[in-house]
Amino acid sequence: MAERIKLRVKLKGDIAEVKSLMVHPMESGFRRNPDTGEYFPAHHIRQVTFEHNGKPVMTGQWGGGVSTDPFFGFSFKGAKAGDSLKVSWVDNQGESAELETKIQ
Amino acid sequence: MQTRRRLFLQGSLALSLLVALPARLFAAAWPEAAFRTKSIEDALKELYGAGSPTPSSEVSLKAPEIAQDGRVVPVTVSTTLAGVQSISILVEKNPVPLVASFELAANAVPSVETRIKMGQTSTVLAVVKTASGLFSASKDVKVTIGGCGG
Repeated sequence: MAERIKLRVKLKGDIAEVKSLMVHPMESGFRRNPDTGEYFPAHHIRQVTFEHNGKPVMTGQWGGGVSTDPFFGFSFKGAKAGDSLKVSWVDNQGESAELETKIQ
Repeated sequence: MQTRRRLFLQGSLALSLLVALPARLFAAAWPEAAFRTKSIEDALKELYGAGSPTPSSEVSLKAPEIAQDGRVVPVTVSTTLAGVQSISILVEKNPVPLVASFELAANAVPSVETRIKMGQTSTVLAVVKTASGLFSASKDVKVTIGGCGG
């Protein structure tokens, strides 16, 4: 499968600035197929977790109201070069993805 | 007999605790009930046990006055409040008002940036939870093209 998480981390002092992009349809379940009039079934990320050196630093609980191919940015303190940052998500249909990177 | 049964019970209890523990430690379960409610108040009650946050100038919600495309509305919530445990973003007139809720570790900077869908012109509400309660900021965003219908 193509890459489903894109991650960029910038270190400023001991603060890591994280910008992430998940590749996901984020179907809310409220959108109709214009041809059949039926609703597209809900298909969205439910939970996204960021772990710094194995410890959760930020967890997002998401509904179908987050935009398609979600962008999420935040920062955290206490980071240094060489630390690990892992992102993982699970959606409402049981699909998941994860990506680990070394902070530089 | 009695003791064996006890042992088995204790064993299975310990096992279920072991299985349940990691999930508990690393991430709270997805708050399904909060994502089913149709009002901001009910969503907040499900999430935090209280429905009415206190508006605070220490919570900042950055969103456009006018969103050309309701499918992608950039939103940033930040706060100068200390000890932030959680930040949530809600859209009053969306079919599901609760869009996203974030849990922050102590070393996370209390600021989150994402992009949300808005079905129509609505009030967007940002809620911040600290040890002293719930605080909020809101903003009306005019939507030109809705992002939920189709």
